Amino acid sequence: MTSDRMTSTVRQIGGTALTLLVTFIGLLAVTFIISRVVPIDPVSSILGDRASAAQIAEARERLGLDQPMWQQFWIYVTQALQGDLGLSVRTREPVAAEIARYFPATLELATLATILGVVVGVPAGVLAATKPGSLYDQIVRLIGLMGYSMPVFWLGLIGLLVFYGQLGWVSGPGRLDASFQMMFEFEVTPLTGMILVDTALAGRWDMFANAFSHIILPASLLGYISMAYISRMTRSFMMNELGQEYITTARVKGMPERRVVWVHAMRNVMVPLITVVALSYASLLEGAVLTETIFAWPGLGSYITDALLVADMPAVLGGTVVVGAVFIGLNMLSDLLYRLVDPRAL
Amino acid sequence: MTLLSVRNLKVSFDTETGVVEAVRGVSFDLGRERLGIVGESGSGKTMTGRSVLRLIRPPGRIEADEMRFDGVDLMGASETQMRALRGRRIAMVMQDPKYSLNPVMKVGAQLMEGLRQRDGLTRAAAHIKAVEALEAVQIRDPERVMLAYPHELSGGMGQRVMIAMMLIPNPDLLIADEPTSALDVTVQAEVLAILDGLVRDRGMGLIFISHDLRLVARFCDRVLVMYRGKIVEELAARDLLHARHPYTQGLLNCLPRIGGPRQPLPGLDRSADWAV
Repeated sequence: MTSDRMTSTVRQIGGTALTLLVTFIGLLAVTFIISRVVPIDPVSSILGDRASAAQIAEARERLGLDQPMWQQFWIYVTQALQGDLGLSVRTREPVAAEIARYFPATLELATLATILGVVVGVPAGVLAATKPGSLYDQIVRLIGLMGYSMPVFWLGLIGLLVFYGQLGWVSGPGRLDASFQMMFEFEVTPLTGMILVDTALAGRWDMFANAFSHIILPASLLGYISMAYISRMTRSFMMNELGQEYITTARVKGMPERRVVWVHAMRNVMVPLITVVALSYASLLEGAVLTETIFAWPGLGSYITDALLVADMPAVLGGTVVVGAVFIGLNMLSDLLYRLVDPRAL
Repeated sequence: MTLLSVRNLKVSFDTETGVVEAVRGVSFDLGRERLGIVGESGSGKTMTGRSVLRLIRPPGRIEADEMRFDGVDLMGASETQMRALRGRRIAMVMQDPKYSLNPVMKVGAQLMEGLRQRDGLTRAAAHIKAVEALEAVQIRDPERVMLAYPHELSGGMGQRVMIAMMLIPNPDLLIADEPTSALDVTVQAEVLAILDGLVRDRGMGLIFISHDLRLVARFCDRVLVMYRGKIVEELAARDLLHARHPYTQGLLNCLPRIGGPRQPLPGLDRSADWAV
């Protein structure tokens, strides 16, 4: 039984990896087609309007634009699979290298926000489900509703005004104070690009504390919104599980309510909850443009938006590919986690 | 000796369209005997069984003039006192093992849970007792079943696991709520024989809830017939064929018999007067 399950797991992982690859190539096909249908000529956006015909022909050849479409696609796919997403028109730098600089900022923010959302949202949803209709349930519902409906830029500005401007509990926009920024660049090896992780690895707790005071407000803000969603979903999943017969069985066995909810029901709630958390995490990894703008956070969202405003198509499409790849990766991860918590998922 | 006595038990649910009364004044006494409760769907038999364990969830409400189990006042008992009774002294086997076993926990973990959490046994001691319990319900390969998940078992196996789990602490009273309705007929007979043997050997009280009159008659000493939340007839199982109440007769007549006349079966005649 166990070894059967093992081989089947291996086969499943292989199958998932194949699906992953096919999906990724599909994603590349979409971005490739977009790059060909938008009315932006890559040659003139590089050379400007005054280039000579010879220069244009030379550039077309260099970019491979004189070749048939399918060959262009083939070049695009092989380069993308090797991590080459082309050169940014704006900066003349490789898009992949730029994204590698911007993405960790988003990753750091999204991860912390999701952790906050789960740590607060799941218990809040579970407790609301155990006392439906109670005052506590109403309060959770109200706080959740506020999380859905308040515009994020408004919450961000008010948050800055109160906690940074008035109370001075947190630091303002940016990832580090200017003084620390210089020190960070010279004294810390950027292993991950996430300042919290890099400073912790280097043992520079002074910088860590400063970075934390910068990230905590935007992370709490995004965490609040994902908490609102996660707590509502947890509540409804938990209500559903608590109505099942196996819950009655656990109670008949004389198990305390705490164990009935947190062990028996929770293990079953985990199954659908994984998907919800993964989706909410993925949507944060796209980069929250408004939050990033308000908090001067150099993340993927502002990178793509800035690129779009100056028609820097390689950067926009490179960013799109990365966001798509993150979605695909998280999907696979939640698939794998599924199999860990649900023995029926064979 | 009376193990359980119930006086004027009422179960009601407050819904948006008004109060629904599922059980409307049921009284009975039970010794260490086998009592059957029969009735059609919605007659209140399951709710009666669950009331004894006080496992009716809000918005459901239990009321009774008296509900006593072996000297303990079930209506006045605190939730902690009830928890001490549940599992240890009163147990319940439910209808369908597909739903009544936790789908994401191994059978072994579910069997040992009560022993470890409630009775404080070590893992090794609990394992030995759980395997013994599986052997008692005639599971041939108990070590393998301990490692299986519920969906990997057949319905009959699942129900035996359920019976094993509920009988581990040797309860004084077992409530079996349609324990075989979800099983194939051949498996039904096996599971019933196992249940019958264990209940007899250990001399426990049994409340057997079913819609199948003949099954109950074969299996129990005494039968209560419920209709619309009330007991309409109480009789010794051997007198079942001489039932006087028209509802009981109706229940008997609507069962097909092998070799019987091939006419349409008579429908149940329901009169509101019976339930007044």
